[in-house]
Amino acid sequence: MKSGSNLEKVLEGGHFAVTAEVGPPKGTSASVVQKKGDILKSCCDALNVTDNQTAIVRMSSLSGCVILKGMGLDPVMQMVVRDRNRIAIQSDILGAVALGIRNVLCLSGDHQKFGNHPTAKNVYDIDSIQLVKTLKTMRDEKKFLCGENISGEVPLFIGAVENPFADPFEFRVIRLGKKVQAGADFIQTQAVYDVDKFAGWMKMVRDRGLDKQVHILAGVIPIKSVGMARYMRDNVSGVSVPDEIVTRLEDAKDVKEEGVKITLEIIDRLKDIDGIHGVHVMAVAWEDIVPVIAERAGLLPRPIL
Amino acid sequence: MIVGTQKPLEEIWDMIKGFRKVLVLGCNTCVAICHAGGGKEAEILASLLRMKASLSGVETTVRHAAIERQCESEFFEPVMDEVRASDVVLSLACGVGVNFLADKAGDIPAFPGIDTAFFGAVEKAGIFKELCAGCGGCILHLTGGICPVARCSKSIMNGPCGGTSDGKCEISRDVDCAWYLIVERMKKLGTLEKLFEIQPPKDWSTGLYGGPRKVVLEHITAPEPPEKGKESQGGM
Repeated sequence: MKSGSNLEKVLEGGHFAVTAEVGPPKGTSASVVQKKGDILKSCCDALNVTDNQTAIVRMSSLSGCVILKGMGLDPVMQMVVRDRNRIAIQSDILGAVALGIRNVLCLSGDHQKFGNHPTAKNVYDIDSIQLVKTLKTMRDEKKFLCGENISGEVPLFIGAVENPFADPFEFRVIRLGKKVQAGADFIQTQAVYDVDKFAGWMKMVRDRGLDKQVHILAGVIPIKSVGMARYMRDNVSGVSVPDEIVTRLEDAKDVKEEGVKITLEIIDRLKDIDGIHGVHVMAVAWEDIVPVIAERAGLLPRPIL
Repeated sequence: MIVGTQKPLEEIWDMIKGFRKVLVLGCNTCVAICHAGGGKEAEILASLLRMKASLSGVETTVRHAAIERQCESEFFEPVMDEVRASDVVLSLACGVGVNFLADKAGDIPAFPGIDTAFFGAVEKAGIFKELCAGCGGCILHLTGGICPVARCSKSIMNGPCGGTSDGKCEISRDVDCAWYLIVERMKKLGTLEKLFEIQPPKDWSTGLYGGPRKVVLEHITAPEPPEKGKESQGGM
């Protein structure tokens, strides 16, 4: 075991993992995080706490993780390289490990232009692949990026993301390979709606043998409304929502139920793709649907390891 | 070249309205090419400021001049009397010129008349594009001649990130994804495999973040060594 986290145990044990997302509040209330943790605890193996997602200031990921950890849950600390240089990153990792955080997900982060401080200066001292490699060096060699020694163990389960729907399509697999080479233990993907395209990407992943080297969890975002579907189709860079899904929601009497059905169909097909080891459900502001989806998708009960 | 853009007239007026003798000093190299701060723009801006002064009922004389480059001492000689006779100099050079002028202008303030934007090229008439960040440690040989520091919105060294779509950057449909361009260019060059290697963290100390930079050419700055013949003559 690299970290001994629940997520690592579930994946290494060969179980089909379920993770979900906890967005921390734009405020100081721990109970917001606790409430989401309560909703999600029995249907997930680990919970990602986002890091100032879409560059909107929220409670820090590390704090959210500590709150979840205090509830006996297994948090995944998301860390973007937009807001921290290599000094702050390594310092936060030391603190996170000291506080019992074992899973870290490495991301570039959305550009600050999208957030509530668009005039901020970004950092991007290192990129997300270099972050993965930094964490692996910290864990396996107990060394900082500069080569100096770290005192104590750095048990981490290292995650990265990949977006199979971004361009250039054929290079995405090469880039996934770079993340694996850098030291990623698990991958959570961008939300999948176009399962055929995703399956094509996974075939390229298997052709390169990457599915044997890293656990891939497919991203799923349940769609709550027609407006959300249209917005994701038209405005979210790198997300591909087929028109057919938008039409189904437009024609539905009960849009939320149709959204759940679509999600269940997607999960069903994802389970059949070789090399997919779990799903990551990102139900933004709709956390209470996750237990329903997990139940109806036949993903309950979660293994107790 | 260094690309700049004109500042709004109101902003300039707010800077200089308390002064009675204003010199608008153009720079006829980079910023003239991008129609921001050459001699012609200095002349037009001086007229606008005279009108503004007149409309505001302020007694101000606004003169204008221009030199070839405000980044080399020798070009300043012909205008230094004019500079000294002014209460303020509004430099239409890039920030380099304004700083350089401030060093020379003694107790006369040097104000910026333009916003210095970036190092760029003339894509076509009227379109100027940023292509270099002047960061030191150039790696263009590894990226098909396309700079990820200047042209990727996140300056990442192992791109493209997940935000690219149809070859465009997540920040705007009008911005090309530099890493998309890099991948396509490397394919064309038959060197895509260079991108398979993980680029290590960049040394930013050679860029904006390592403190002010200076290049010293010792073969030019060092005093001439004494000629041997002369030395031996003197010793005799």
